[in-house]
Order: sequence, then C-alpha cells, then structure tokens
Amino acid sequence: MAAGLIDRFKTGLWRENPGLVQLLGLCPLLAVTGSFVNGLGLGLATLAVMMASNALVSATRRWIQPEIRVPIYVLIIASLVTCIELIFKAFFPDLDRALGIFIPLIVTNCAIVARAEVFASRNSVVTSIIDGLVMGSGFALLLMVIGAFRELIGQGSLFARMDMLFGGEPVRGLVLVENGWLLLVLPPGAFFSLALAIAAKNAIDRRRKDARRPLPRRARSLNR
Amino acid sequence: MAERSIWSSGVTLAVIAAICASLVALTWQLTAERIEANEKEWLARSLQPALAGLFFDSPVTESMITITAPHDLPGTEDAIIYRVYSGEDPVAALFIVSARDGYAGPIRFLVGIAMDGTVTGVRVLQHRETPGMGDRIETHKSDWVLQFDGLSLRDPEPRYWAIKGDGGQFDQLTGASVTPRAIIKAIRVTLAYFEVNRDAIFAAPAEVQE
Repeated sequence: MAAGLIDRFKTGLWRENPGLVQLLGLCPLLAVTGSFVNGLGLGLATLAVMMASNALVSATRRWIQPEIRVPIYVLIIASLVTCIELIFKAFFPDLDRALGIFIPLIVTNCAIVARAEVFASRNSVVTSIIDGLVMGSGFALLLMVIGAFRELIGQGSLFARMDMLFGGEPVRGLVLVENGWLLLVLPPGAFFSLALAIAAKNAIDRRRKDARRPLPRRARSLNR
Repeated sequence: MAERSIWSSGVTLAVIAAICASLVALTWQLTAERIEANEKEWLARSLQPALAGLFFDSPVTESMITITAPHDLPGTEDAIIYRVYSGEDPVAALFIVSARDGYAGPIRFLVGIAMDGTVTGVRVLQHRETPGMGDRIETHKSDWVLQFDGLSLRDPEPRYWAIKGDGGQFDQLTGASVTPRAIIKAIRVTLAYFEVNRDAIFAAPAEVQE
C-alpha cells in the first residue's frame, strides 16, 4: 500500500504531471504564476477542488447514466469552485483580490474534468480522493515552481506578499535585487518558463533512461 | 424505454443540482458574515487614500448615505456616499460607484470629491479586469488612477474627460482601452452629480450603521 502510494505520487508529481506532461489547465498556469504566493494560492485552491470533485464524482458514479455524466461533472465542479471562492473571500481576501477572476475560472481547468472522467468515475471514493490529492499536488507544485522562478528572475524577490495567505502585515519577502527582468513577469515569460520546465523534465527523463540502459554509442543514437 | 431513460436522467440531474445548490448555499451561509466584515475592513483601509491632502476630523464611515437605484450616478446598484467633515463644516464627499462597462463586469471604485468639485482621489475597490492589462487601475500596479487628483469638470472641460484615443486628455493603459474608458466616464458622471446635488448630499441625515 505504502509503496503503491509512493508510486502514485511519482506518477502525479512527475510521470503524468497534469501541467508538465498532460499539458492541462494551461490557462491558469500561465496567467497567475507571476509570483510564488499566487501560484501557491491557486495551486491549493485547485488541489482542494480536485479532491472534492473526485470524491463527489466517485461517490455518485453508480447512479449517473453515462449520457448525462458531463453536465453532472460541470455542475459538481462549478458548485465546488463557488464554495472555494466564498471561502477565499472570507479567509484570504487579499489573495482573492490578487487572483481575481482566476479563482472562478478553476471551473474551466480541464485537468479537473479529466480526472473526473478518467479516474473518479471508475474508482472507489478513497482511491479517487488520493488521485485528486496526487494530481492536484502535481499541478500545485508546478504552479509554485514556475511562480517562484518568474518572481525570482522577474522581480528579484522570492516569497513576497506571503501575508496574503498567512495574514499579518504586508511582507516584501526575500529581496535579492531591486528590479528584475520584467519580461518574466509579463505573459510571454509564462510561456518561456513553462517551456523551460518541460524541457528540463524531458532532459532529466532522458538522462535517467540512458543511465539505466547503457547502450553502445552507435546503437544509442539509432535509438533516438 | 427511451422515454424512461430521459425521465430518470432528468431526475438524477435535478437531484444532483439540488445537492450542489445546497452545498453552495451552506457555504454562503457560513461565510457571508466574514466576507462582509472583510469588505468593511478593506473599505476603512482604502477610504483613507482617496482623501489625500484634506483635513478632516470625523470618522468617515459614520456619515454614510445610500442613494437607492435608479439614480444619476454610474452603476445600476445602490450608490454609497460618505461625507467628510472638519468640525461642522463639510469638507468632501466620497462616492462608491461602479462603472458598468468594464471589460469583465462592473468595476467598483471610490471617488473623493472636495467641496469645490475637484477630485481628491480615485481608488479601485473591486474589479475583474484582465491581469497584466486592465488591472493596472490598481495603485500598487501602476499610477494610472493618480492622474485624476486635483482635476474637476472645469479642468479639463467635460469633453476632454476621455482617453487620448477618443480625443480626451487621459492616458490609456497599454492593451486595455475599455477599462480606462469606463472609469473616466464614471468619474465624469459622478462629478456632474456632485455639482448638481451637493447641498442635498450634505443635508441628508446619516444612516445608522450596525
């Protein structure tokens, strides 16, 4: 069980990471990752929605006729997102203001519908919740990594405005340099950062594969 | 057969819709009070900067009046006005209005107007404009809303209350002209309203707040 769980996490965080490999939910991923705290906030919200929607979809899977499953997924996900939005407004008002429209837009994150359709509609409630946790973490982690990268290069700081999530006075975070390379904070920077992340993942995967199966040089080049 | 399956599908959908609706209703019930408190705190924090450079000694939030819709102010919902005094003398009025024609829904914002009809400050309270474009109406993202400070309907004249692209005198935001257009228009309308209704605004009794 524990080994299986670790394997599931490896799948969600790495092998089938919703953002890096399945390339789902790119709209929020590209739009809000201007800073680490934004990435973390939206990542947590998406994670919560994903776990809850997987749980509900799985719990109701026996009563739902296949013809109406998609409207039901939409209904479930939309209500959950509305709940999350209210909770954000109540407990993290500043973060809610910073993320703005992208909290309600979690509804349109195809990663969530994809997990409902591919996994939760065919598995038990507990495994579906775990799947939501794993896939949601993969997505949230990617948001945080890209958010941290863009904030670091784009603004020269890290973990600024963490008070939006944890309360207290506004904090500037770790300021390394006063001004960064603005391009990274602007929308094109999001594409560059995602591309770099995907390239890095593929490079690591390839290196690992090569290390595992050492082939003679000529054979290896043919193998590509 | 087919008819039966349509019925049962309909019932399933209805049941799930009811469950989802109650879930949302429950969450709303649990959070409504906190959300309102947050809004109020945020309001008290954000009223201040719209009154820059004015001397006043009354607690701003205690002099509220509501102008019920429909009214001549921007927006279709009720507008809120806070009156600011120094001793007994009126100093300024703070309007909370919404520009309806924002790019993504209404933009709620604050306009402070001094007794002589000049803008003392504009601050956006709530909006859903595109991040990176229209959201530069927020003060921590750009200085755009600060350009209205000290202006009135005499300086510039009403027809120049428009973005440069429309023949006015105000900068637009790169990539976003709908947002500035909406705000400028709403400020102009609010200034005109103040000019006409100034005495009535200060004569109205304050509402009791809980």
